[in-house]
Amino acid sequence: MKYVFQLARIVGFCLLGEVLAALLPLPLPASVYGLLLMAAALKLGVLKLDQVRETGLFLTGIFPLLFVPAASGVLELGSELLEVLLPLVIAIVPVTALVMAVTGVVAQRCAAGKEEPHG
Amino acid sequence: MAEFLRQCGSWGVLATLAAYALGMWVNRKTGRAIFNPLLLGSIFVIVFLRCFGVPYADYSASAAPVNWLLAPATVSLAIPLYEKWELLRKNLAAILAGTLAGTLTSLGSIVAMAWLMKMERAHAVTLLPKSVTTAIGMDIAETLGGKAALASAVIILTGIAGSLLAETVCKVCHITDPLAKGLALGTSAHAVGTSKALQMGEVEGAISGLAIAVAGIMTAVLAPAAANFLP
Repeated sequence: MKYVFQLARIVGFCLLGEVLAALLPLPLPASVYGLLLMAAALKLGVLKLDQVRETGLFLTGIFPLLFVPAASGVLELGSELLEVLLPLVIAIVPVTALVMAVTGVVAQRCAAGKEEPHG
Repeated sequence: MAEFLRQCGSWGVLATLAAYALGMWVNRKTGRAIFNPLLLGSIFVIVFLRCFGVPYADYSASAAPVNWLLAPATVSLAIPLYEKWELLRKNLAAILAGTLAGTLTSLGSIVAMAWLMKMERAHAVTLLPKSVTTAIGMDIAETLGGKAALASAVIILTGIAGSLLAETVCKVCHITDPLAKGLALGTSAHAVGTSKALQMGEVEGAISGLAIAVAGIMTAVLAPAAANFLP
């Protein structure tokens, strides 16, 4: 029964997220609202960690599996993908690597700078 | 066969699980990052559909429950986030600075590409939100006059590329801090990158999940401005 209630609470936050997404004008998807609401509820103590933990960690643990149906649809676009193949490949491989490198290096410098102000 | 599958409800979920399990098995046997379970699993599904002449729409309808689980899974990213709250509070400035730098790099690179390669505006705006999560990115692309379906394909491929590149990029750029690694993955490769970050460690996963939200918001705000600089 514990898992049934845990799942129900998590899906409840999905629903709350959908309500907020419908009410607020920000361009955020419902699931991100749900994430922020659940984090706030945990922080405020309205929701206890063991009321969602096991089911939630199971779901985050199977994350890549959940993308398989959407990713298998990529080829459906066929000719449209070929039309923009070169810019697409550049945007997807080197640009993604660059974004990752810049984000990581900037964050690491800032975090380190705080710990050792003289370094 | 295709006829039977059209009326049979559960095969899509089973095919997804089987394809992913086979992908995991190959990944374990070879131990190579390029044999990513998501990438392999998707290829196996595509091969299966082609072999039996099943339309993608039929598979997509049958596998809808798997796709639906993305919503509660994304919401559940609040759990690792809460467990790492102190770390987050202490490093708020680094998190915001890193995500902003990454978001500007992403938008700037696409604008530069559009000028250098003389891209059509519709294609350029479709590529602008490529590093943020599908739901936000498709919305941004559509609002700016891009193609939503193409945007969703680009976003997924970006996520897979990011997961494959993660270890190499972190090594080459000497990114060793778990917080910086997680932020880099979430900002450049959204939720698909986060699934890689979760495998790298608890801190990486928690921060990457947060980066999806922060980078999504920043991109939603900055992408319309970046679109003004397009040719």
